[in-house]
Amino acid sequence: MRKPFFRSVLSPAAFGLCASCLLPVTASGEPLRNEGKLLLTNGISTVEGASGGGLAPWATIAGNETKDGIGVSAHVTDDELKDYEYRSAGAALGLFNRLELSYARQNFNTQKIGAALGLGRDYTFRQDVVGAKLRLLGDVVYDNPLVPAIAVGVQYKHNLNGSIVRALGAKSASGVDVYASATKLILADSLLVNTTLRMTKANQIGLLGFGGDKSDAYHLEFEGSLAYQLSRRLVVGGEYRSKPDNLGVAHENAWFDGFVAYAVNRNLTATVAYTDLGSIATIDRQRGALFSLQAAF
Amino acid sequence: MFVLIATSALMMAQPPVSTDAAPDTPPPGAPYAVPGEEKVDPYTLSPQNAGARPFAGTGMAHAFHGQEGIHRIVERFTQLSYDDKVIGEIFFKHDKVRFKRTLFEQFCFLLNAGCSYSGRDMASSHKDLGVQQADMNRLVELLQRAMSEEHVRFAAQNRFLSKLAPMRPDVVVR
Repeated sequence: MRKPFFRSVLSPAAFGLCASCLLPVTASGEPLRNEGKLLLTNGISTVEGASGGGLAPWATIAGNETKDGIGVSAHVTDDELKDYEYRSAGAALGLFNRLELSYARQNFNTQKIGAALGLGRDYTFRQDVVGAKLRLLGDVVYDNPLVPAIAVGVQYKHNLNGSIVRALGAKSASGVDVYASATKLILADSLLVNTTLRMTKANQIGLLGFGGDKSDAYHLEFEGSLAYQLSRRLVVGGEYRSKPDNLGVAHENAWFDGFVAYAVNRNLTATVAYTDLGSIATIDRQRGALFSLQAAF
Repeated sequence: MFVLIATSALMMAQPPVSTDAAPDTPPPGAPYAVPGEEKVDPYTLSPQNAGARPFAGTGMAHAFHGQEGIHRIVERFTQLSYDDKVIGEIFFKHDKVRFKRTLFEQFCFLLNAGCSYSGRDMASSHKDLGVQQADMNRLVELLQRAMSEEHVRFAAQNRFLSKLAPMRPDVVVR
């Protein structure tokens, strides 16, 4: 029989961003573990800060820790679209592979189009997103292959350009999304499948406010991700995300992406994606290249 | 809940271990331990002890380069595990000879490479090890390394892991 002992093989002090330094033991008195997750099983930070596949949140918990630890992650994302530039940065805390708390700041720069829309060149829509996600049951990798990890989440979004988004027809500058995600890595086929159902009023995920002249009701939207694991470090995949279409003056479309994610090491994941965000603020075919870096501990 | 169901399903599949047999005199034909291995308590032999049903066909056995390839993987995996700074201490008191033999049998049986499994079931063989989730993940990484060094295709590696992943509730005990 193995006696429990303090597994400080990887010293917490070695990690500058180590949340476990704050809490040396779990509630049950077990010492916290460091760096326990399998590569890439913390997902890729989404544009809203939750862990997932870039667009859709997955039933994963951010950070590199198992049920015996507290992990953290941070991301920066840049999406160079045809006429706009989207940027986000955020951080997330993953508690015992059970609860995820996240924050992201989104900046959507209208560049030249801003002038054409009368907002001024480089007018930037900004939004704060605070999220919480709870994994209810299941595991992405282990246990019954027919039972996915299932999580529910909530995102409070606050648009910082309230008067402008109201002028565009939005009913509110802030809103709350609720969602449920089911995620499983089907090992027999090296295929990760995610489905997310989201209740939302957001226009362009909230960058153009919430609700509008066409509808101010909650809409049930679908988000899906498919990813194929080529190696321990390399995954290719695609995503789809449907959205409401509330604004009469600015029709919007579902979003798509195709991505390649590479685990540079245990702490760094780099993602390159082709994104098709459809029509945004009256300008169609907003396609472009997305780059994202995620650090996780 | 799924842990409970999976574990109890596995336990129900096991007939209770007979307490009549003297521990030092296993009945003939029951190779609890072979020469060169430490003695073990009697247990019920069953293919179900391997924790999963074998693959159909010969594709996976070929992907792992037959029994010779599986031997090399088990040898390397054992070496990596016993020497590992994270999980080595789980292994170090364990009979390495028996570990290699039973692990080879289990892998060979699951990969349908022409073996039967004579070891204990996953629950009773892991119950006293104190394995945490991070330990099992580390174990998976070492197995991936051993399989990669044998040049097993990654898709076949994952396919094999799909047989092992559902065993987690019996392995991770705290």
